[in-house]
Amino acid sequence: MSEAALGVIDAKRTAVASQWQLVWWAFRRHRLAMIGLVMTVAFYIVAIIPGFFAINDPSQQNPRAAYQPPAALHLIDTSGDGWSIDPYIHASVLKRDPETLEMIYTTDPKRKVELHFLGQGYEYSVLGLFRSRLHLLSSSNPREPVFLLGADRLGRCVFSRIMQGAQISLSVGLVGVFLSLTIGLLLGGISGYYGGCTDFAIQRVIEFVLALPSIPIWLALSAALPQNWPAALNYFMITVILSLTGWAQLARVVRGRFLSLRTEEFVMAARLDGASESRIIFRHMLPSFASHIIASITLAIPAMILAETSLSFLGLGLQPPTISWGVLLREAQNIRSIATAPWLFAPGIAVVLAVIGLNFLGDGLRDAADPYNR
Amino acid sequence: MLKFIAKRLLWMIPALLVLSFLTFVLIQLPPGDYVTTYIATLSASNEVIDQNTAADLRARFGLDQPMIVQYWKWISGILLHGDFGLSFEWQQPVSGLIWERMAFTLLLTFATLLATWGIALPIGIFSAVKKYTVGDYIVTLFSFIGLAVPSFLLALVLMYVAAVKLGQEVGGLFSDAFVTAPWSFAKLWDLMQHLWIPVVILAVSGTASLVRVMRANLLDELHKPYVTTARAKGLSEFHLLMKYPVRLAMNPFISTIAWLLPNLVSGSIIVAIVLNLPTAGPMLLQSLMTQDMYLAGAFLLLICMLTMLGSLISDILLALVDPRIRLE
Repeated sequence: MSEAALGVIDAKRTAVASQWQLVWWAFRRHRLAMIGLVMTVAFYIVAIIPGFFAINDPSQQNPRAAYQPPAALHLIDTSGDGWSIDPYIHASVLKRDPETLEMIYTTDPKRKVELHFLGQGYEYSVLGLFRSRLHLLSSSNPREPVFLLGADRLGRCVFSRIMQGAQISLSVGLVGVFLSLTIGLLLGGISGYYGGCTDFAIQRVIEFVLALPSIPIWLALSAALPQNWPAALNYFMITVILSLTGWAQLARVVRGRFLSLRTEEFVMAARLDGASESRIIFRHMLPSFASHIIASITLAIPAMILAETSLSFLGLGLQPPTISWGVLLREAQNIRSIATAPWLFAPGIAVVLAVIGLNFLGDGLRDAADPYNR
Repeated sequence: MLKFIAKRLLWMIPALLVLSFLTFVLIQLPPGDYVTTYIATLSASNEVIDQNTAADLRARFGLDQPMIVQYWKWISGILLHGDFGLSFEWQQPVSGLIWERMAFTLLLTFATLLATWGIALPIGIFSAVKKYTVGDYIVTLFSFIGLAVPSFLLALVLMYVAAVKLGQEVGGLFSDAFVTAPWSFAKLWDLMQHLWIPVVILAVSGTASLVRVMRANLLDELHKPYVTTARAKGLSEFHLLMKYPVRLAMNPFISTIAWLLPNLVSGSIIVAIVLNLPTAGPMLLQSLMTQDMYLAGAFLLLICMLTMLGSLISDILLALVDPRIRLE
């Protein structure tokens, strides 16, 4: 089929397609954005049910496994006749160096610890709704814990802790963005819709907030949080702190959109038709820039995730019994622990992957947000 | 132009006043005060302070007065005498502690700014001109990774590589021998050898976003008719590129200083803490933790001022480059 013929069919389809269909078609052409979408969905599935993906109880300490290195996962078992898909690891053996008393881990190639797909393991709660024991992978022998990404200082499973940390780290971004969006939509909307003095005053406030250096302000605000607050309250306050400086960007985007739409013919037509203010805003104006807003939100989430990680890493964000990626990275704070246990960097890789995924997604959404503009 | 600058400078006065008050409220927010922290430190080493001594200490530091009085004392001291107060923890005037650190912070910021632009401009141009080639995809991939890696993580990894793999000492801005030595060429050279690590770390994320901006800007320009005209005239491709589209694409690029400078100042804080640099970051964190309020307040105020100056400079540059903005 020639290019021209394709164009004709495209034109026929686009003529009747809804705006969201157009956005989706434009988005689908963006290969990196599709990868980003898949990555983001995968990460948020883990964040919803981290317990299912974890292997060991993330808070379980194991003195005999301090700094145990990652175990190599073998997916295909060739020891029997032929081969079968049957994941296993070699059991690890702990020895002590007779002179330095240093712990040395070796693997025993003869002893296999088999892993079961969808097997039973420790009990976890799914979003506080119900409890389950089902795991994607579980060790066949509870006395032989499986450390796919090694263990930390206290012998806790790094892999399971990363899975569990996804819940907090990824939701901080969502909750924070939701809060900033609420403030940003409200103030940006008022500012852009009414204009005049209100606009001037709100613009000065936005400029002021944007001029503040965010990291020192975050440091000061989170240093102000009492250390003994319950984890849930602490978590909520951190998201509030992050959104305090984040809303200004969104408010700016919303205002710009409102200003440009205010003079459009269809808004004028709606007004002449006698539509109420709220109907004009929510029925006519909001849908036409919703895709832009979604794109800016998607780009704001990774920034919040990075901010939480940095704050927790410095010890000013979430506090240790809570598991987030930033808290996990505190374990990798000094050169000595990194040198002895480089796998403690693994939560950092999770952060990078999640942020890349969201950035790809946001970038694609931004390009696709205005399907008429090409 | 002068009117524009004067207007912006006048705007900074109320902004700074609000800012100083906010800063003060902010550092007063934590429950307790420096005396509480002090008592906690003492009781950790099994020393007990009775209520009277604590009250005496509070009275001496002026911590028993209402906040507004404390604020007035603080801000009038700064405005009238240039006196930033006394650091409780160091038992020294704040002004003696901060200037050297602020100077190093500025040095680090400018070195990073130069590095960022030096790297981002050519790469951005390359990426736009060679759109959708393997080189462009590699640049794009790396710039996304650069955006996604938290600076402290990059600092840790570089520290690990430098210390464990290369056996080079990291952290700080000087070798032990030069920390207290007077300024000399040897000391300057030593500084250069240490400075590159934080500069590279800070430049990575800034470069990543600037490359994206430059690429997008230049792509918009490359298809304009004037490019075709210039090409038809027989201008060499390089000459043509540098003379017209790059110059126009630079325009939005300059406006990014407005957020580049504050981001660098902010971002340098975390990197400085990880690398233990003698800049504002580590001392600010420490003073916030111990509620050494005048020290923390001075740092916060100065960093906010730097940020505002940064956006002013970018606005002036932008107005110089773009006549449309000047006329507004």
